[in-house]
Amino acid sequence: MEFNRRAFIKIAGLSILGLSVKPGWQVFSKIDTPEPSPDAETLAQRKWGMGIYLQKCWKDEGCRVCIDACHRIHNVPNLGTLKEEIKWVWTEPYEKVFPEHEFEVTEEDYRHKPVLLLCNQCDDPPCVRYCPTRATWKREDGIVMMDFHRCIGCRYCMAGCPYGSRSFNWRDPRPFIKNVNLEFPTRTRGVVEKCNFCVERLAQNKIPACVEACKEKALVFGDLKDPRSEIREALKFKTLYQRQPELGTKPKVYYIL
Amino acid sequence: MYDGKKIILGLIIFLGLITYPIWHNTVSGKARYVPKPELPTDKDKKECVEPKAFIRVNHKTLLEDWKTSVVRDGVRTYQASNKKKYTMSLNRTCMNCHTDKTKFCDQCHNYMGVTNKCWDCHIYPKELKKG
Repeated sequence: MEFNRRAFIKIAGLSILGLSVKPGWQVFSKIDTPEPSPDAETLAQRKWGMGIYLQKCWKDEGCRVCIDACHRIHNVPNLGTLKEEIKWVWTEPYEKVFPEHEFEVTEEDYRHKPVLLLCNQCDDPPCVRYCPTRATWKREDGIVMMDFHRCIGCRYCMAGCPYGSRSFNWRDPRPFIKNVNLEFPTRTRGVVEKCNFCVERLAQNKIPACVEACKEKALVFGDLKDPRSEIREALKFKTLYQRQPELGTKPKVYYIL
Repeated sequence: MYDGKKIILGLIIFLGLITYPIWHNTVSGKARYVPKPELPTDKDKKECVEPKAFIRVNHKTLLEDWKTSVVRDGVRTYQASNKKKYTMSLNRTCMNCHTDKTKFCDQCHNYMGVTNKCWDCHIYPKELKKG
């Protein structure tokens, strides 16, 4: 066969085509990119809220079951002093929590009843606005989250929070945790912490630890956007209190009378 | 040169002393030290979330990405290249196999003089057992 220019170009073209087989095969046989996990999309469809039945909560006044449950699973240290206290869930007397609902005729023992407090998970959270590093922010489902990795400990958020929900780690909290829960990290010195509405439990389709722990069923938790949810049923036609609603932070923790 | 012998002898002694750490480490074998991170021996713990070569180079970015994903986006499942799914968690996934960081992480980190702050907050299972 005479090897002319035409034949050469044909063979050369075919060889080049042959070279593209392997990379082409690699491109099309590649494994699909990881699927996003479903909760990323469904996050925004929900808005978590909590209701606290004051009367049920007062049945056993010295009860600390919910507080202990929360502090145990979140590795919250007990430093023993009020000045350095770290708290996610705690109580204050009624007269301090609801001064606007305290009147001349309010019965004396009512004033000193303990009211359960936790982060209000505000819809318009002042702490988020104050944070200079965006270490705290509002998730799509309304939970005000903390990124401990990012917190620089400036405590602006603590100054901004009108509810005192945030605590600062003045020293290494590790030695002050009795039983460390491996599932949850501890914090380090110089970091602010607060209630996170048990995001880590919600991700596993569990309800918050305090709600689960309460024997009197004084706490209800659920999706505020779903009109048939447990929380919405509990709030229906009830007298509701919120802490300092006049500030416009729109808390998502309701006190049910 | 005045006192040439003394100066040269002094210089040799000086050089010998100043290079002593190098000699010492070479003779004692310290210079040939290779970090040996201990791998889990259990059969079901043989496979890591990604191949060894990838982990060696990219474990820092992988952990960083996991952190961002879990904390920021709330996405907690990791689709690995071997088509398996893993929970993104330092404590529950990584440390489940590599239970003692002193025998794994620290081996290379100490050798390279790398410090990280993971363990200021996160806890490794072996740490608890020490009491």
